[in-house]
Amino acid sequence: MLIRFFLMLREAGVPVSLTEFLALLEALKARLASLSVHEFYFLARTVLVKDESHYDRYDRVFGAHFKGLEQAFEALSTAVLPEEWLRKQAELLLTPEERAKVEALGGFEALMDALKQRLAEQQGRHQGGNKWIGTAGRAPFGAYGYNPEGIRIGQHESRQRRAVKVWDRREFRNLDDSVEIGTRNIKLALRRLRRFAREGAAEELDLGGTIDATARNAGWLDLKLVPERHNAVKVLLFLDVGGSMDDHVRVCEELFTAARGEFKHLEYYYFHNFVYETVWKDNRRRHAERIATLELIRTYGPDYRLVFVGDATMGPYEIVQPGGSIEHWNDEPGAAWLGRLRRAYPKHAWLNPEPEDRWEYMPSIGVTRELLEGRMFPLTLGGIDRAMRALNAR
Amino acid sequence: MSATRFATTDRYVATDDLSVAVNASVTLGRPLLIKGEPGTGKTQLAEEVARSLGLPLFEWHIKSTTKAQQGLYEYDAVSRLRDSQLGDARVQQIGNYIVKGRLWEAFSSEVQPVLLIDEIDKADIEFPNDLLRELDRMEFYVYETRELVKARHRPIIMITSNNEKELPDAFLRRCFFHYIRFPDVETMKRIVDVHYPRLKPELLKEALEAFYKLREVPGLKKKPSTSELLDWLKLLLAEDIPAEALRANDGKSAIPPLYGALLKNEQDVHLFEQLVFMNRRNAR
Repeated sequence: MLIRFFLMLREAGVPVSLTEFLALLEALKARLASLSVHEFYFLARTVLVKDESHYDRYDRVFGAHFKGLEQAFEALSTAVLPEEWLRKQAELLLTPEERAKVEALGGFEALMDALKQRLAEQQGRHQGGNKWIGTAGRAPFGAYGYNPEGIRIGQHESRQRRAVKVWDRREFRNLDDSVEIGTRNIKLALRRLRRFAREGAAEELDLGGTIDATARNAGWLDLKLVPERHNAVKVLLFLDVGGSMDDHVRVCEELFTAARGEFKHLEYYYFHNFVYETVWKDNRRRHAERIATLELIRTYGPDYRLVFVGDATMGPYEIVQPGGSIEHWNDEPGAAWLGRLRRAYPKHAWLNPEPEDRWEYMPSIGVTRELLEGRMFPLTLGGIDRAMRALNAR
Repeated sequence: MSATRFATTDRYVATDDLSVAVNASVTLGRPLLIKGEPGTGKTQLAEEVARSLGLPLFEWHIKSTTKAQQGLYEYDAVSRLRDSQLGDARVQQIGNYIVKGRLWEAFSSEVQPVLLIDEIDKADIEFPNDLLRELDRMEFYVYETRELVKARHRPIIMITSNNEKELPDAFLRRCFFHYIRFPDVETMKRIVDVHYPRLKPELLKEALEAFYKLREVPGLKKKPSTSELLDWLKLLLAEDIPAEALRANDGKSAIPPLYGALLKNEQDVHLFEQLVFMNRRNAR
């Protein structure tokens, strides 16, 4: 059973290895989670998942795999059934009359079945809201007209109950960035763009300087220190989002993740299709919080290296004509803005996720390449490499 | 193996999932990697684990310039060279110039110690890789004295990270992992209770309400966290602010008193004041 769980996790893209699986077996052997399902859930998460952005996938797999987990755990004969528990609590909470009513409905089994059904329905409607019983007071028990505070079952037991179904709440949904860990290669390619500079506190022994100074000092030691070398390159990243870029989201995310890790001074902004007078930083507020391109040019000095990431696939009029933007009225054509940016940042490159051999069939790519005087490169490892060389050229 | 189990103490509230994670790593002797929002008690956890299990704690705080070797030992060649020029007798013994690091100290502890490696992500990208063998086998080799240092008792290792850098896979595979979620209202009440047991319930209720409302303000650069809440409550107590002062009379329009303890960034303060101003204007 666990092996299938393990394989399902791998399939879902949680990078678990055999070592971790063996560690889980070891943990189970040590009886670290013999008491309940939710302890097993926590334990397996601790052992198998190493990144909070994978928690959501783990929750989904756990939910799918251990559906009807009561039976499964019965088979393992280790767990206290959560429903068993719920029942006991309910017995404690309900008055004799209420219990009689429950009996009238066909006893607890029927009630639990109904409850399950309700929960499933509720799940469908809310799509990730307060799915399971929750504490909001909309618990299914209310629908049955039992104890109006039937939620008390939710409230009192919420801790236990919530814990049981914690994977169904999927609290870590926001954290899943879906970026595969293929970023290391890109990082290596980005390493070409390193400009080492000695800045900050002098902490490294300057061997040559020390020998020199010691010799001048007639053999008495005179230590000389220099600051350590750091990558001081500054990068301004412009990313095209939406529309035709949706096909390239994954590779762009990888590039972005890698760039974030590699460059200490990285500033990034988004645009749609082509650069005009404004860009934005947060896609959710793209219409509310826009930043003037001119302001960027004033803010970041010419020592920044400018990198565009975009497929440059659009109608050519979007580039060359005033008012050509598909989103708003632009007084000046995109080409003018690109020219302005190119003059402000002499070191620039455009990375295009479209395959290079398809470039010539797309007029807008041709126009953009012309504007860039050939500084467009495909978004592949080789292309990044070439782009970094172009950015390095003095 | 240690028989005692870690659970909520009188000074620290550990949620179920956290205690499971800690106990798993203590029992199986694997390092536990802890991540979470700043101010959710990552560093404090190691102190509490050490305290509740009654074990000594060794702390190794990582900075951007820290090298893995510094945790093991450092050979102070420069002072040896200086001593040799001065004709010091100590110079004959190379061992005199080996300075023990925190890891070595933890390895040579008489009882099982707790070792905290704090903010491992601050160091260079290769730093965790340099510690693989040490964390795996709990031993390392001192080249200068040709000596193999082995841990007398396998230390309980807690590692915290603020997610500034991605950690290498090989390192992650050797660790257990736990992400400390931001506490919900119930847990927060327990946490506050542990720190300020005699807090008036009304004050706590109002303060928590104001606090969670503040966390929901969109666009905050640094959301206030547990430690900020505790600081703020301390201030409220010290200033003896009544619960009524926290109650917003007309929706969101009131600025909580002493909010400087919650917002640590002038943009955030500015944003917040603007929001309050707008709400007030709308309320009129």
